[in-house]
Amino acid sequence: MPKHVVSTVSEIPPGGRKIVEVQGRSIGVFNVAGEFFALRNRCPHQGAALCTGQLGSAVTSTGPGHYEVGRTGEILRCPWHGWEFDVRTGQSWFDPVKVRVKAYETAVAPGSALRPPAPGLLPGPYVAETYPVSVEEDYVLVEV
Amino acid sequence: MPATATALIDCDIHNHLTPEAVARYLPERWRAYHAQFGRRATPGDFYPKATPMASRTDAWPPGGGPPGSDLPFLRKQLLDAWPIQVGILNTLISIRNQHRDFDAALATAANACQIAEWLEPEPRLRASLLVPFEDAELAVAEIARHAGDRRFVQVLIPSRTGEPLGKRKYWPIYAAAAEAGLPIGIHFGGWSGGHPISGAGWPTYYLEYHTGMNQTFQAHLISLICEGVFEAFPRLKVVFIEGGIAWIPPCLWRLDRCWRQLRAENPSLRRAPSEYFREHFWLTTQPIEEPPEPGQFLQMVSHLGMDDRLLFSTDYPHWDFDSPDGSLPSSIGEGLRSRILGGNARALYGFA
Repeated sequence: MPKHVVSTVSEIPPGGRKIVEVQGRSIGVFNVAGEFFALRNRCPHQGAALCTGQLGSAVTSTGPGHYEVGRTGEILRCPWHGWEFDVRTGQSWFDPVKVRVKAYETAVAPGSALRPPAPGLLPGPYVAETYPVSVEEDYVLVEV
Repeated sequence: MPATATALIDCDIHNHLTPEAVARYLPERWRAYHAQFGRRATPGDFYPKATPMASRTDAWPPGGGPPGSDLPFLRKQLLDAWPIQVGILNTLISIRNQHRDFDAALATAANACQIAEWLEPEPRLRASLLVPFEDAELAVAEIARHAGDRRFVQVLIPSRTGEPLGKRKYWPIYAAAAEAGLPIGIHFGGWSGGHPISGAGWPTYYLEYHTGMNQTFQAHLISLICEGVFEAFPRLKVVFIEGGIAWIPPCLWRLDRCWRQLRAENPSLRRAPSEYFREHFWLTTQPIEEPPEPGQFLQMVSHLGMDDRLLFSTDYPHWDFDSPDGSLPSSIGEGLRSRILGGNARALYGFA
């Protein structure tokens, strides 16, 4: 899969996100405690912009009256009907086998590795103009 | 792009009239009362909803105010986002059986506010008429005030009433509505009688409350038919808004069977209950049932036998919003889809 440069690392701090457009697809890129994940920005239920929803935690229970909270900041809730998805995998929380949203591979690479002609890399928004820059940054890549 | 080429009629949109907006249209006496004493609380009605204001989390206007309170944002997020030809407002302000004169003034002010701030500036919008429905005399006066104004398309009654809606205390409202050519729109919500949402008491979870919303509609369906309302008002039309659909066929089967056995109890019912229902009722779609197999949706529609009575609705801006291009199963086919999305509402309300 070709990799697309979609963001600088500093643009998406931990807990943050960025909605990007790659090859006509709207994709949400999330930073979960330093790891990057990318999901299709379209809920499989009725088509809402899923990646604009709130990030929360998973509440589980071993039986009535017992509650455990975990996965803080890793469960994405659709802004319309509240369907919940694992931001790491795109699997829905309530039916992981049947209901999922497309998840894309991500990577982080230093700018020095992205200068043309980097193998397998398609041009993205950050190579449209070239000016000398004094700070070398790391970039987030999404495979689509 | 939306898959819906046909011009849509959205039969359930919730504009929010803020207390400040309504106060602008209240007479001085009631504006002062409203400011000093406020409106009656509704204990037990508003469960903590799934989301703040029970709304889509993306529906809060960027300029401030609650969801549904900002006409330009409602245009952008709903009316312009899909090809919506007409949208019917069922405003969120509910008349709470607080004080008969205040209730009537509140309804009058809210209707005036809707005309000035919603219907005048946006010709795609129509509205349901608010009335103090627990006081038929005052409700009839409000209907008379607006009869002939085609921007009001029906008389609105929330489903959680003081009594089942077939009771004779409500009949003057039906007489006035039928005379004015206005359907009665019964929308989920309200709380004027103090009854739990369930016939067995108060549930614990919002999940139970939300699933149980259709219980009030079942009570009204049975009451309106069994009390003989449609023998008394043969031109009356009733629209169930946000009441669900799938529960209705088995309810009618049960009702018809009981009627055959018990018809001597009310001999004024000359026809089977299901015949009155199919002649006098319309149903909005949201929140649409989602059976596990698409074919089961078609079976349900077939059992209902009311293809010409299903009216599409979004319930914007609420969290259980149905998308015009994402909620109806593809299995229903283009003909029925087109009728649900617009044709049936055009025929009922007389839209061009």
